Amino acid sequence: MKRLLQLNVLFVFLFLYAPIFTLIVFSFNVSEQTAVWKGLTLNWYAKLLGNQDLWRAALNSLIVAGFSTSIATIIGTMAALAIERYRFPLRDVFMRVIFLPIIIPDIVVAIALLMFYVQAYIRLGLASIIIAHVAFGISYVTIIVRARLKGFDQSVEEAALDLGANEWKTFWKITLPLIAPGVVGGALLAFTLSIDDFVITFFTAGVGYTTLPVHIYSMLKFGITPEINAISTLLLFNSIVLVILSMKLRGPARL
Amino acid sequence: MPESESLNLPALDGAVKKWHQLTQSFREHPNRRVFILLFPALFWLLFFFLIPIISIFVHSFAQRSMYGGVEWMLSLQNYRRLLDTLYLGIFWRSISTAIISTGVCLILGYPFAYYVARYQYQWRNVLLLFIVVPFWTNFLIRTYAWILILRTEGVLNRLLVLFFPNATPIELLNTPIAVQIGLIYGYLPFMILPLYASLEQIDIALIDAAKDLGARPWRAFLNVILPLSIPGVATGCVLVFMPTVGAFITPDLLGGGKVNYIGNVIERQFKTARDWPFGSALSFLLMGIVLVGTAIYFRAFQEGKKENER
Repeated sequence: MKRLLQLNVLFVFLFLYAPIFTLIVFSFNVSEQTAVWKGLTLNWYAKLLGNQDLWRAALNSLIVAGFSTSIATIIGTMAALAIERYRFPLRDVFMRVIFLPIIIPDIVVAIALLMFYVQAYIRLGLASIIIAHVAFGISYVTIIVRARLKGFDQSVEEAALDLGANEWKTFWKITLPLIAPGVVGGALLAFTLSIDDFVITFFTAGVGYTTLPVHIYSMLKFGITPEINAISTLLLFNSIVLVILSMKLRGPARL
Repeated sequence: MPESESLNLPALDGAVKKWHQLTQSFREHPNRRVFILLFPALFWLLFFFLIPIISIFVHSFAQRSMYGGVEWMLSLQNYRRLLDTLYLGIFWRSISTAIISTGVCLILGYPFAYYVARYQYQWRNVLLLFIVVPFWTNFLIRTYAWILILRTEGVLNRLLVLFFPNATPIELLNTPIAVQIGLIYGYLPFMILPLYASLEQIDIALIDAAKDLGARPWRAFLNVILPLSIPGVATGCVLVFMPTVGAFITPDLLGGGKVNYIGNVIERQFKTARDWPFGSALSFLLMGIVLVGTAIYFRAFQEGKKENER
């Protein structure tokens, strides 16, 4: 039985990594026809560096992610505090509504926003993308910060208040540092989702404003070259480095 | 106020007093505090999510004008068109593909999660991490990688020709199978992680107890472990089924326009066919399917949990 299980594990790993290896290996391939190995080269990476459109798209991705994450994190954390700490009318309804952007398929949210923008005469550009990303970012941040708040021992706060700190000081010096891992976790998730988002950005972007995923999509539709392999490999290593960094930051004890 | 006294500026003193006056109501009335904390989220979700979603519903009753705009002649025409076998077929295909994806993910993922939970305590974090790493690439890119593998001059066919020189290449790309593979690939981690979380919590002592009472391994599994892991199974299934039903990228890239799922059809209404009202009707139905599925899940599996939360 154990053997069978191990075989399954092996198969799963092969299945998951075959595409990744294909991408990486063929990004160094001389031949433009992928799957025919002709030789080693860094040509495609060089070509990538010269691709202005790509860099502009990457910059846009960062701008959008930066703004939307900041806004979503602040709004989401505030909402999480409100839900977790207080009872108010329609609290239940609000808790369900927070889940909706996560449950409802991307494409539905995307077209909904597109139609809304058009109806409200909101111009499509970079801001329209940021607004959209904040909308789903809030949900993720709220859920994660809420989870962190649930295990929160409020006696620490009460102690601070007893010792004479006012509410604001208590929040800044006690509460916020203690929920910081949750807030940072939510922010990281919102950031990642924003950078990687394709469907919603595809529909809400203005003409001339592309983000990296949308640009990659047009590259894929235009014609497949190993340049795409190169950018894929770069993005993969980028993600790995970022995650390792974030793990190191959290401390060696946590994996 | 200690802060302004140390600076000894009467103007600053007044300003701080004013601030304290203003925020006094905020501090003394928890309701106002809640309102201010909630307001941004409320505003954003109301205007940039709820109202757009309602807008879909409203648009679904309109008609397409001659040049692709929206004509506000309200009728049920779009929904009648929906019930045409063509579109019902596409809906059914999307749902059945999603069911198959969920099933295969379960078949692959359950043994995996079980193995890690039961036999690999030391390496569990590493193994789980390795499951998640492919997820760190962009979804488009992961799907693109399958194009490289599955197409006629792709890796799979090259390997085939390598081992069987006389074989003709299999046309795997732009078929439903390619889309199926891509969807399973994209969402397998979503199945494995909740399964693992649920299996890991099961107390080993229960299995030992079953064995002590004379149960053979299979029995112990079926009667003890499987039932206890149902919450994980349910969560995993929901996390795979929901995105798969509304999938757009995977059918688009791996299906090459020949394989039509509900996601592509909706996209086409908004980008090329310019029939926003009909696209809205399709989206509304898709949304309905997903919401009903989620509601069922929550009713069936989260009732107990919710009660504990209160």
